[in-house]
Amino acid sequence: MKRFVGFVRKEFIHIFRDRRTLLILFGMPVAQILIFGYVVTNEIKEARIAIYDQSKDAVTREITDKILSSGYFRLAKRIEDESQIEETFQKGEIKEIIVFEPHFDEKLSQEKSAQVQILLDATDANMANLLQSYTAGIISDYSKNIRFDNGQMPVIQTRPRMLFNNELKGVYMFVPGTMALILMLVTAMMTSISITREKEMGTMEVLLVSPLKSIQIIAGKVMPYVSLAFLNGVVILALGYFVFDMPVHGNIILLLSETLLYIVMALSLGIFISTVSPTQQVAMFVSMFALLLPTMLLSGFIFPIENMPWPLQWLSTIIPARYFIVLIKNIMIKGTGLLFIWKETLILLLMTVIFIGLSIRNFKIRLE
Amino acid sequence: MPAVTVDQLRKSYQDTVALKKESFRVEPGELFGVIGPDGAGKTTLFRILTTLLVPDQGQARVEGFDVVKDYRQIRHITGYMPGEFSLYMDLTVAENLRFFATIFDTTIEENYHLIRDIYQQIEPFKHRLARNLSGGMKQKLALSCALIHKPRVLILDEPTTGVDAVSRKEFWEMLIQLKKQDITILVSTPYMDEAGLCDRVALIQQGSIMKIDSPARILEDFPRKLWAARSNQPYKLLQDLREYIDLASVYPFGDSIHITHKRDEMDKQQLEDFLQQRGHPDIEVAPARPTIEDCFMDLMNQGT
Repeated sequence: MKRFVGFVRKEFIHIFRDRRTLLILFGMPVAQILIFGYVVTNEIKEARIAIYDQSKDAVTREITDKILSSGYFRLAKRIEDESQIEETFQKGEIKEIIVFEPHFDEKLSQEKSAQVQILLDATDANMANLLQSYTAGIISDYSKNIRFDNGQMPVIQTRPRMLFNNELKGVYMFVPGTMALILMLVTAMMTSISITREKEMGTMEVLLVSPLKSIQIIAGKVMPYVSLAFLNGVVILALGYFVFDMPVHGNIILLLSETLLYIVMALSLGIFISTVSPTQQVAMFVSMFALLLPTMLLSGFIFPIENMPWPLQWLSTIIPARYFIVLIKNIMIKGTGLLFIWKETLILLLMTVIFIGLSIRNFKIRLE
Repeated sequence: MPAVTVDQLRKSYQDTVALKKESFRVEPGELFGVIGPDGAGKTTLFRILTTLLVPDQGQARVEGFDVVKDYRQIRHITGYMPGEFSLYMDLTVAENLRFFATIFDTTIEENYHLIRDIYQQIEPFKHRLARNLSGGMKQKLALSCALIHKPRVLILDEPTTGVDAVSRKEFWEMLIQLKKQDITILVSTPYMDEAGLCDRVALIQQGSIMKIDSPARILEDFPRKLWAARSNQPYKLLQDLREYIDLASVYPFGDSIHITHKRDEMDKQQLEDFLQQRGHPDIEVAPARPTIEDCFMDLMNQGT
């Protein structure tokens, strides 16, 4: 045990002394999440909108002015007829149409309630979401400032409606996707590199000649990365939750356990890669091509699996990230329990066992 | 029981034979040198003894343990220093030593007496990263790391290659000191001049051991009288000598040329006359004492 602790301590020193490793380990996840998050949801600036004002009274004019003077929106078109709505969106230049219901002012003063409908082109799901919340914000801000003589507050209801992509698929995709990608990358690539580095530097020779068992060498290599990768996963989840309002409806313990399972799976894959690559370069290359690209392209992170040709669909079944993304999305967004995701969990578990088995079989107790 | 027994050991890689059925023994407490040029099979031999390679044929035992079957036991009792200093370059001197102590389940304090003389020289730099050490200091650290678990057999693969002359000398002094601790030491080197410091040496060339004996006996066995010829045109001298009949061997050695004659008595005057005619007015031919290198060259020639 003391041997093992000594080994793990050495591994931590390696990690903390190497700025490049540290940067990949901690800089990359944060940068990736923020890039994926913000590039997609970049600041709204003069978004082109249309207004379909069926009331044309003082209040609707005031609201329109307030929206347009915010600087976020630019009026590209006024619509006079309902039939123009579809056509306007089809042209694709306009991302949002604000519809005021007829007799807006009257309704507001008599019924204390009126409706604004916000129609959105949700092909760009993130943008649609953002436009909607900006518009709703301005309108609710306006409604707070008007007050009737009797002190009652009017209610202006905003009714968003997403067109073309009403499930808003893809909006919350980047957090599970990035998580799957980053964890796979840092853990698998880092462990495979750190093991092959020993081979390259010749220190593996000395380790082999020591009484350390191969399982101790492997576990010692992996230990630090399990903890660091787990920390990484937590950071990504926290970023998703606090910065991008990703909901966590499911059980947090389940979420974290699945994350841990995925990390261990990625690590066993990393060890496996290191047992078949003679140099760091090869390990890096294999990790990049065998892990990074398929994880990005075939896991459903960027391209929906249903739209792929069948050979690629078939190929995607061996991509671990595919199952992890399903798991995370189900737990976070739908709040599912283990009962509905045991299949994915089992697949990940099975992959872990297979890779660990292969690694132990492949790990050489000698030089050849 | 011998510390190391090698019996009919054979090892080949694809199409090259690294060891051709070699056998020898090393007695406990001996400082045993394996001497030969690069590619002679030294590293292969040591890797078999350290259980890193499995021989194709034959047997080898370290302290009675078989290198194939009992590799675990051997890994507890041997200290190994591979060809390139296998230290962690991003760890400090002290961290390296401590790491190697822990993986052998010991502490620096426990065996400090073993490495004191060596480690004291680098202790002032104990917080320096290994990558920032000079070659000589790396060598001392690597030796300390190989010794920290008090091995019964110490196997050093070319420990002095790439190290300056002063450090080489110091290193050998350390090895001689270590012998007093009852550690059997096997050391390989391409430098023939280091052979004299060993108790016994094996001269190895192209996978076969040509001779095993104490350095003194190897020198005694040199079969002929050795002469050193010197002139201010060394290259021309070499060529001219090769044309002189009845010489058994001619090869450059330092700033002179070593020659042996086929007959025991060589007519020195005749040779000098011959060379003066060939345009070496300042020729000097004098008897020389054979060195291990001369013996090595001689054995090599016998072999071919």
